Amino acid sequence: MLLALLALALIAFVLATPLALRRVELWRAERALHASRVRVGPFDELYDPGRERRAEQRARELLRSCVNEEEWGMYRDLGFIRVAGRHTRREVDRAARAAYAYLVYPHKPIVAYVPESGQLLSEYCVEFPDLTGSGGRHRLPASDDVLAKWMALTSDEDRVIRRANMHLIGRQLDPARVRRDLWRLAEWERRRGGRQQVPQSQR
Amino acid sequence: MRSCAKPTGHGTLRDIIGKVAVMKFLRMKPGHGEVLLAEGDPSVEEDEERLVEEFRRQLDEGMWAAVPVTNSGSGRREAQMVREYADIPPESERVIFFPRASGG
Repeated sequence: MLLALLALALIAFVLATPLALRRVELWRAERALHASRVRVGPFDELYDPGRERRAEQRARELLRSCVNEEEWGMYRDLGFIRVAGRHTRREVDRAARAAYAYLVYPHKPIVAYVPESGQLLSEYCVEFPDLTGSGGRHRLPASDDVLAKWMALTSDEDRVIRRANMHLIGRQLDPARVRRDLWRLAEWERRRGGRQQVPQSQR
Repeated sequence: MRSCAKPTGHGTLRDIIGKVAVMKFLRMKPGHGEVLLAEGDPSVEEDEERLVEEFRRQLDEGMWAAVPVTNSGSGRREAQMVREYADIPPESERVIFFPRASGG
């Protein structure tokens, strides 16, 4: 009797072993899949500095092909672009220099200032997040960010300024640094033999 | 040049190729720089349908579209925002899509 029970138990064990092994394999596969899903996050992807560099290089080429020669030189040499403001108080001023202008930095607020006096007016915090970006990447390359701001300001200044958060100067940017940038810009223009005022019509 | 003359048999191949206008749709993408979404000759019906479809898709995804242009009056380089496919200036060679602005 005992022998018969042992034989039955042995047969049951042999028959159940493949099923148990299959269950174990499935469990391990599910666990590995879950682990891989958890591991792939925005900061867990392999960082490829070459990819970012190539993206920035492409963005620089695109920017260069869109802006005028002076603006490109400004960005290449100084790291920012000046965009003339479109609004003027009087119609006769339209032909003259802009009453105000913006300094466009990559991934930093846009700074409004008065070119004639150098007075800093305000910071406009604005960004262009690509929420459809994969791998948690939402930030455009630096030069694309500048180009996006340039396109937005030159095409529909009011819309981008409305969407931006306006702050007093000094919230994110050091006013001393901005003033130094304005001085660098003036020096750059002087060296370039250009005018120091913001021209209304640039080429 | 957006619209092209149909090849008539006159002129060299270069003349004909020169008249074929290809409009490119580019999109700024994080980690990539610009990406070519679509290109085609808007005067060709099939191409235009494809371009219109892509244009709508990008705007539905929340993109802004702009065309770099030269201001005819001042000669200044600037961008022109386009909200509909029909707003694209006829001579445009490219339309750039970029994420819409939000307060930072």
